[in-house]
Amino acid sequence: MNMIFMLIGISIFLALIFLIAFFWASKSGQHDDTHTPAIRILFDDEIKNTDEK
Amino acid sequence: MLETKEPLVKSMCFHCGEALPGSPYQLQEKEFCCLGCLGINKILCEHNLADYYVYNDRPGQTHKEKNLNFDFLNEPEIAGKLVDYTDDQITIITFYIPAIHCSSCIWLLESLGKINGNIVESRVDFLKKQVTITYKNPNLSLKDLVETLFHIGYEPNISLQDVVKGQQTRVTDRKLIGRIAVAGFCFGNTMLLSFPEYFGLAGFEQQFRSFFGLLNLAFAIPVVFYSATEYFVSAWKNLKNRILNLDFPLALGILVMFLRSIWEITSHTGAGFVDTLCGLVFFLLIGKWMQHHTYHHLSFERDYRSYFPVAVTVLNNFREKAVALDQLNKGDRILIRSNEIIPADAILLKGIARIDFSFVTGESMPVDKVLGEIIYAGGRQMAGAIELEVVKPVSQSYLTRLWNNETFHIDKDGISTFSGKASKYFSIVLLMIALGSGAYWMFYDTSKALAAFSAVLIIACPCALALSSPFTLAAVLSIFDKNKFYLKNTSVIEQLARIDTFVFDKTGTISNPEASGFAFDGKIDGFQKQLIIDLARNSGHPLSRELVKWINLPAKFPVDHYSEMVGRGITGIVNRHSVKIGNRTFLGLESSKEANGTIVHVLIDECYLGHFRFTQKWRSGLATIINKLRKTASLYLLSGDQDHDRQSLVVFFPEENQMLYKQSPQEKLDFVKKLQASGKKVCMLGDGLNDAGALKQSDLGVAVTDDINNFSPGCEAILDGASFSKIPFFIQQAKDAVRVIHLSFGISLIYNVVGLSFALQGKLSPLIAAVLMPTSTVTIILFTSVAARLYARKNQLL
Repeated sequence: MNMIFMLIGISIFLALIFLIAFFWASKSGQHDDTHTPAIRILFDDEIKNTDEK
Repeated sequence: MLETKEPLVKSMCFHCGEALPGSPYQLQEKEFCCLGCLGINKILCEHNLADYYVYNDRPGQTHKEKNLNFDFLNEPEIAGKLVDYTDDQITIITFYIPAIHCSSCIWLLESLGKINGNIVESRVDFLKKQVTITYKNPNLSLKDLVETLFHIGYEPNISLQDVVKGQQTRVTDRKLIGRIAVAGFCFGNTMLLSFPEYFGLAGFEQQFRSFFGLLNLAFAIPVVFYSATEYFVSAWKNLKNRILNLDFPLALGILVMFLRSIWEITSHTGAGFVDTLCGLVFFLLIGKWMQHHTYHHLSFERDYRSYFPVAVTVLNNFREKAVALDQLNKGDRILIRSNEIIPADAILLKGIARIDFSFVTGESMPVDKVLGEIIYAGGRQMAGAIELEVVKPVSQSYLTRLWNNETFHIDKDGISTFSGKASKYFSIVLLMIALGSGAYWMFYDTSKALAAFSAVLIIACPCALALSSPFTLAAVLSIFDKNKFYLKNTSVIEQLARIDTFVFDKTGTISNPEASGFAFDGKIDGFQKQLIIDLARNSGHPLSRELVKWINLPAKFPVDHYSEMVGRGITGIVNRHSVKIGNRTFLGLESSKEANGTIVHVLIDECYLGHFRFTQKWRSGLATIINKLRKTASLYLLSGDQDHDRQSLVVFFPEENQMLYKQSPQEKLDFVKKLQASGKKVCMLGDGLNDAGALKQSDLGVAVTDDINNFSPGCEAILDGASFSKIPFFIQQAKDAVRVIHLSFGISLIYNVVGLSFALQGKLSPLIAAVLMPTSTVTIILFTSVAARLYARKNQLL
């Protein structure tokens, strides 16, 4: 049963990593504009096509 | 289907989708409405950017030739205020571009590097309609950059005061989100760690009990000392100012929960209330976040500076120099080109002045000024270039003086909200019950006294109460948002419910600037109308444009020998008929009694047919709105205009003193003040700068605008003209929202009473608190959002 101590420790550690990742994302402005990237992702391929032509 | 659709498609401009004129401009089988659109298309094709037209059909906006002057951007002083960052290699600048509206816009603006290799990077923020551009400054000047944007149809709105908003709001927003993230993280973990305790631990698992307890405590520390700090600060501040608001019982509840948890866990007497505590803070912060609804593309804090240009051309010994507005001095000679705004009170020295004051005074038609006359700041020159001498600095002008009025320096202290009032009594009652129960148990069972006292404070912590207001109001705010009624913040809704007096501005507010009309006095047939519209199409004068819109026939005949006398009339040969339209002197008519209003006379083949009389059209549904509002509130009309509409408006405002004409901005402000002094709650609806004072003074200032990207004066709410007819529904919805808040207060009080019945008996276990707190919160969230939507459906807003 002592395994539980370790498992809980690991799970909290993992969760902390995600929390820190969230803070990092928020600080670097990734949540400031959530709309434009959704549109932007649709562009790339077609630009390459025109370049090849 | 297809057959009927095709001609429709053909008659639209390839770039912007506007109707084509009789002889459209052509380029490689594509047809354009104007040279501007054609030019943009040409630039894009040359730079291999024709994909712009692939993502959307006709993505452009019309680009009728406008001559704008960006020379002022070469002044380092002005440019320095605009850029975000600059060194000797690159410059970063953020522009606000109202024209951004579709995915093609994003694609094109992010491909700017293809048009000019010196543009290193450009990023669009779609919702804010901003683009951030990084460019190499040794090879590209700011002026050239702006001109490049202008030539592809994306003219940035350059203003020092406005729109490209500071980073401050972003930082506070991020802080709140950080607090929520921490609280949510701890809430989830503590809940998991508390489950074993609630479900019961077997004898051999007892070793985990203190481990879980201590871990829980560790999670509580960041929640109390990071996420919840604002509640402690606010409660302390309010206590010092002798105000009891909801933050006080909240802070008290959080503190007591924390202390009691520490005691229970360290003394092994219980499991503590840590998961309830974390959940409470988490939900509270979410409620706070809901209140922070921001509109990215709207600004409610504008003043004249965002309406005026950044700089003006000053003539100094016949040399032109751009000067920032605040450095404009009395006696300077300034040059105002067509379509520019006059930034300071000035005397006309040279040129033909035809000034559109509609935004400043509410006068609906442009005014002619003669040499030597004083022209007030804020008017827009409609004819050619003029020269003026400044007689007053910008901040002292007739119009801008209004902003020096004391009204503009006092922050409106929000009308006390319902939750503000109710929480005061709630706090007092709560403290009395807690102390009472503590005293009661002192006599009967001393060991339980402290437990009962703290239990009351824990269970009655007004979480649901604190959430009912933000969630209801946030739901209503988003409903209003869908109906194009944008409120500055949630407390405006409660103010809206209290309004008992409405004051309307006339021009642009109750009149529809898009749909003015003409009446023709005399005899005219369809063919003659065709001749007139073909002639008028060539003129940029506002009256000609209105006339074209009103007659609304497709172009048929070409026009020869066209000539225009600015501000007087136009003439030309259409289909071998000589057509002349304009004012009386232009046509050489004898002056006789002029009818009221603005008149355009018509002469075809030297034969007088009669005249068009310009009439304003009221916004659709004005009559129903007035009739509905009249039942519950008193209505007034304030206009800066002459009173030639009095006859047609008397139906709406029948009483003697309901309509006031020729009101100066100051008089409007004073009128609102007078109403307020007699105890009225005034809602002012206006659109122009001349209403700015009254909007600010009133309890609720609503700016009515037909294009929310355009300038609108500082106010509490912005209403899209298209939703004007829904005003009574908005009011009803606001009143219903207040009712929903009352009801949800009732519901959360029931939960509190149930919890208190446990607490008073000294029987409150952590499990009860852990169940009661989330259920009450979820009930309130569901109830408020569902009720707000049901009412919205009843009010035809959904």
